[in-house]
Amino acid sequence: MKLENFTIERVREGLIKKEFSAQELTKLYLEKIEKEDKKIGAFLTLSPDLALQKAKEIDEMIFLNKKLPILAGVPCAIKDNILVEGVKCTAGSKILENYVAPYDATAVKKLKEAGAIILGKTNLDEFAMGSSTENSVFFSTKNPLDLERVPGGSSGGSAAAVCANFCVFALGSDTGGSVRQPASFCGIVGLKPTYGSVSRYGLIAFASSLDQIGPMTKNVKDCEIVFNVIKGKDEKDSTSVNPKSQIPNSKIEIKNLKIGVPKEYFVEGIEKEVKEKIEKAIKEYEKIGAKILEISLPHTPYALACYYIIAPSEASANLARYDGIKYGFSTMNNEQRAMSNLLEVYFQSRGKGFGKEVRRRIMLGTFSLSVGYYDAYYLRAARVRNLIIKDFEKAFEKVDLIFTPTSPTLPFKLGEKIDDPLKMYLSDIFTVSVNLAGLPAISIPVGKVKNLPVGLQIIGKPFEEEKIFEVAKIYELSTNNQ
Amino acid sequence: MKEKSKIEKETVKHIAKLARLALSEKEIEKYQKELSKILEYIEKLKEVDVSGVEPVFHPLKIKNVVREDAEVKRDIGEIKKIIELMPERKNGYLKVKKVL
Repeated sequence: MKLENFTIERVREGLIKKEFSAQELTKLYLEKIEKEDKKIGAFLTLSPDLALQKAKEIDEMIFLNKKLPILAGVPCAIKDNILVEGVKCTAGSKILENYVAPYDATAVKKLKEAGAIILGKTNLDEFAMGSSTENSVFFSTKNPLDLERVPGGSSGGSAAAVCANFCVFALGSDTGGSVRQPASFCGIVGLKPTYGSVSRYGLIAFASSLDQIGPMTKNVKDCEIVFNVIKGKDEKDSTSVNPKSQIPNSKIEIKNLKIGVPKEYFVEGIEKEVKEKIEKAIKEYEKIGAKILEISLPHTPYALACYYIIAPSEASANLARYDGIKYGFSTMNNEQRAMSNLLEVYFQSRGKGFGKEVRRRIMLGTFSLSVGYYDAYYLRAARVRNLIIKDFEKAFEKVDLIFTPTSPTLPFKLGEKIDDPLKMYLSDIFTVSVNLAGLPAISIPVGKVKNLPVGLQIIGKPFEEEKIFEVAKIYELSTNNQ
Repeated sequence: MKEKSKIEKETVKHIAKLARLALSEKEIEKYQKELSKILEYIEKLKEVDVSGVEPVFHPLKIKNVVREDAEVKRDIGEIKKIIELMPERKNGYLKVKKVL
């Protein structure tokens, strides 16, 4: 069987026609991972028992001719900062190395109810802080398309798993581009939903006003299916919103579609080949009748600086919970315990438990929030955030969607940026504004430069995911037919 | 002349203390350099005229959500699992170092 072509629809068709059983398919994927993941490093933990048990349930449903839920028997992978009950959840950190999730994240619960088969947990930058998956305390993930290069990050393990056909789809999380940038680097589709669309319950918090869980898939149709399964209001996340606020999309007429292209995204720092591919993709839309308008998002040059105040500030507060007392890595029961006091447990557990980048961001956030610096840093960033949101509101008065590159560069080499934090941060320059404004955005592959993929970012108005999907599908169709 | 670092070594030490992070002398020097470089980049924000602009802390216009003030039933199994995750425990309670 060619797992390359396996989409959600294809799995369903195969199960219904009895080409294979859910258990056979699950075993096939697990064997493939066992054999091929040594060189890629997409997975941190496999959950074969859980997967095969679920597959058995699905096979019984098929045997009894029961109606199959939408994701019945579809093998998937979950980023290791999203809780799956009974399975280790490390967040790529030493501090949670032995943490076993006591419950399911709401998004995971919904996937299970829809019949999906969870094969395992994927690698990530520690606490989702990074753009290359090199910040995982365990190992770096490699890009399946070129093993010398990074898969992007922080959801690099999920992106690599989908790209290498280790699963049909995966979940990632996106705080500043962590679903879209790795999707772009691995040539797959990745969605950052509107803030509040998907419950964050059971997602290990990084920056709570920016975090969203999003699907990573081989095509737009699958992305839409998974999104529709995981979205919705959840009483356990008070910032999640009613699905009724989702704006249904009346049939799109491409000739009425207005696409905005912000001039601030095509300036210095963007690689020439990336720019060319994006411009070519925009031309495709123009050819089939869409109107292309140059727009301006004037505060774009400040978005990254704004993000690198707000995200670390929220992180420094969220990560205060890792104190060596309640759960996770602790120096409390080591030999020095007799000498150490409570404060020492905090200092040592956190100092030893967190990795380099996480400590760096906790420091940056603590600094921005501390007395004497709060006004000049955090508060100023929060005001700039408002201006960034207003830029988008104004632009969306004139256009339906905004097109930009997802990443300024092609996938870079392992080790290339890891010693220069600022250089690494610049990888997120085209994705962070979307999180600051809470908007939905997708990355879709629009071609390759010397075998390395380029992703187009399509940004929509709040809760207009459906429009994004429809328009993204048009590109898939028009290029598949060529 | 070497440009003055954006952040003093003493400030780094103070921040590490606030953040409850034990850092070695070498790490403090490293973070001083790195944070200075990052803060220099962040200086950009000073170019923006923010007079009269309200700060935004959240992308959605949300309001506080309250639940009924009633007992919430918890799953005993889940509670057990949470207790098992505690580094030190005694008789089903979380054990901490002496505070006083």
